[in-house]
Amino acid sequence: MMEATAQRKSPLDRLRRRATRSAIAAVAVIAFAAIFPFFFDAGSGVVEDSTTALIFVVMALGLNIVVGFAGLLDLGYVAFFAIGAYTIGWFASGFFTNQDIHIGVASQLAELPGIHLNFLIIIVLAAVFTAFAGALLGAPTLRLRGDYIAIVTLAFGEIIGRTAVNGDEGVFGIGSFNLTNGRRGITPVDKIDLPLVEQFTTLNLRPWYWTALVMALVVVLINVRLRDSRLGRAWIAVREDEVAAASMGVPLVRTKLLAYSTGAAMGGVAGSFLGSYFNTVNADQFEFSFSIFVLAMVILGGLGSIWGVVVGAVTLSFINTRLIPDVLNDVPSKVGLDFDLTQLGFGIFGFLLVIMMVLRPEGLIPERRRKIELTEGLDEDTVYEVRA
Amino acid sequence: MSGGGPTGSAPASQQRAEKSRMEAASVPARAGRRGLTDSARSFISRYGLIGILLILPVAFGYSDLQREGDLSRLATNLKDGLSNGAILALVALGYTLVYGIIELINFAHGDVFMIGTFVSFGFFGTIGLTLATGPLGLVLGLLVTLILAMVACGTLNVMIERVAYRPLRNAPRLAPLVAAVGFSFILQNVGLLWLGGSHRSVPDLINSQKQLFEVAGVPVSQGDILAVAVTIPLVFVLAGFIVRSRIGKAMRATAQDPDAARLMGINVDTTISFTFLVGGLMAGAAGLISALYQTDVWFFAGFTAGLLAFTAAVMGGIGNLKGAVLGGLIIGCIQQISDNRIGTEWTPAIVFAYLVLILVFRPQGLLGEQTREAG
Repeated sequence: MMEATAQRKSPLDRLRRRATRSAIAAVAVIAFAAIFPFFFDAGSGVVEDSTTALIFVVMALGLNIVVGFAGLLDLGYVAFFAIGAYTIGWFASGFFTNQDIHIGVASQLAELPGIHLNFLIIIVLAAVFTAFAGALLGAPTLRLRGDYIAIVTLAFGEIIGRTAVNGDEGVFGIGSFNLTNGRRGITPVDKIDLPLVEQFTTLNLRPWYWTALVMALVVVLINVRLRDSRLGRAWIAVREDEVAAASMGVPLVRTKLLAYSTGAAMGGVAGSFLGSYFNTVNADQFEFSFSIFVLAMVILGGLGSIWGVVVGAVTLSFINTRLIPDVLNDVPSKVGLDFDLTQLGFGIFGFLLVIMMVLRPEGLIPERRRKIELTEGLDEDTVYEVRA
Repeated sequence: MSGGGPTGSAPASQQRAEKSRMEAASVPARAGRRGLTDSARSFISRYGLIGILLILPVAFGYSDLQREGDLSRLATNLKDGLSNGAILALVALGYTLVYGIIELINFAHGDVFMIGTFVSFGFFGTIGLTLATGPLGLVLGLLVTLILAMVACGTLNVMIERVAYRPLRNAPRLAPLVAAVGFSFILQNVGLLWLGGSHRSVPDLINSQKQLFEVAGVPVSQGDILAVAVTIPLVFVLAGFIVRSRIGKAMRATAQDPDAARLMGINVDTTISFTFLVGGLMAGAAGLISALYQTDVWFFAGFTAGLLAFTAAVMGGIGNLKGAVLGGLIIGCIQQISDNRIGTEWTPAIVFAYLVLILVFRPQGLLGEQTREAG
């Protein structure tokens, strides 16, 4: 008996080996991701779609904090995308023609009218605005049950979306100022301009890609550190059992609001990058389906699992930008059906959500705790259930 | 998320309100300051929502009196609102029934309603109902369409429950909700493939704008009569059914405590399926009325209508049938006032703002919710 345990490796040893192995894997993946754009033309579609995928990683990881860690289903995540995008639309374009503010921008921009701030200032602003909006959204949901939270967040997202679409002539029928330029959108938006990096143009997408990669890596790092922090454990405790968490001294209000704010800030930063990357901030981007798209990434990868969410975001983003429009689009006509597959994009994602929930609710790369919870069901009802 | 366990008792609404206030008070962050703030809070919780609901009609009624000297415009808004609200009430019943029994926001319900409008629209063409059809043919045709739309939506709802929700009966609460959102998208895409992405106009079979009579300066049209004439009998039949019939009792028992109901020999799965069937039937009827009344069908209409109806269900008190009808009528009025005064494009935002306010001030709704957690 004693010999047997001595021969086996100690659990600590096993953990260490696993950590080294995953560290090596992470470095390899990051190194590959860093040199990836050199395999393609600087302005090619692959680099373009990869950049989008990386930004979706940022978004999905932000949503993962709210939904995965803290267990608060957020169906209005698009609101933070919108606020982040309008931050760059307002403060880095010629939208406010009468203003003349330039901070840290290149000389050719300095002569244009409007407010032009450097991207680094913008992302700080976007993070602050969205974190505030996240807390604002969180406040009314604090006393609510899980599914009501989902509906309040959905309502919040829709209110922001409506304001974006109709905000070119006052807000809620009051006033007649132009806040969002509605469906025409705010365009052009300043290109990102960072010190020590080559110029960001539509022909050379590599700097965009690398910026997105750095943002994604930073957000992954933040996620990992948060998950293992006191706050992260508090989130998980709140998710598992709110009453128990509160009686153990977890401050519910602060914990939940911090989850909303942190998640929102990541959505906002990603949103302001996309505003510049797409060169337009257009109200049509901020639809409910976007929230579901990001939610599908989190669920596909595995709620609460950071690497799972990264994989989910990259997969769905590529399915959306490459697989459906390019690869699968002739399939219906080949089998004799007459419809456009790109129209069906969100039906496919809806189908994916249902399938995932029914067949593999823990996601592709599940978080261990979630997996136990979902497959064995640590639900309150099971206490009463008599198993045959 | 775990409130109290299933309690199984059915106290009067008074006790229920008491209990929910106690529960709210037991949230730790709110403990502490008592006395004045507490009574202020209970005052806001009791009358806050009613005050908020009165803001729009009172403000516009006042401006009408100032400008025109009478309230006929506001009254017309409210009348249109009630007709619209009747449709919403039918959809809201589906939300509230399902929530009452399995505590799930059946997110796809609005899209089931949309399918109902599409079925009606399609069937008009199939049986050849046109503007030239005589009155007898029209009534018969509409009756057949009504039954068909109801059966189609009921069956669809039952199938959705079977495929997407039943396997998740014991999963955490968010799982079936996500599945419901997924199904909502699937149904929207079915609608998109069926009739395309643009609005389709329905022949105005009942001549819905034709004015029948006028009460105190408020014109009442045929569409209004239809909405009321279909909704009221359906609601009464439904209420009587749930109170009196055997399966209605089984539904209520399952809503209170599924495990105890199972011990009493009730087939819980069948009962839940049946609840979805009833919800779907109501949505189908609402679909036909909406197609006739709005003379317009659109694949995305279910999303907005569904959220409006859900707001209505929450406003009345989720799980509460009377509440769903009352909430539907109120939301219909808000929608109409906002459409007419503020602008159609802002209506969803305004109703959603109301939804948030309801949940902040009075999450148990006007008439009190009837769910397991509320006791």
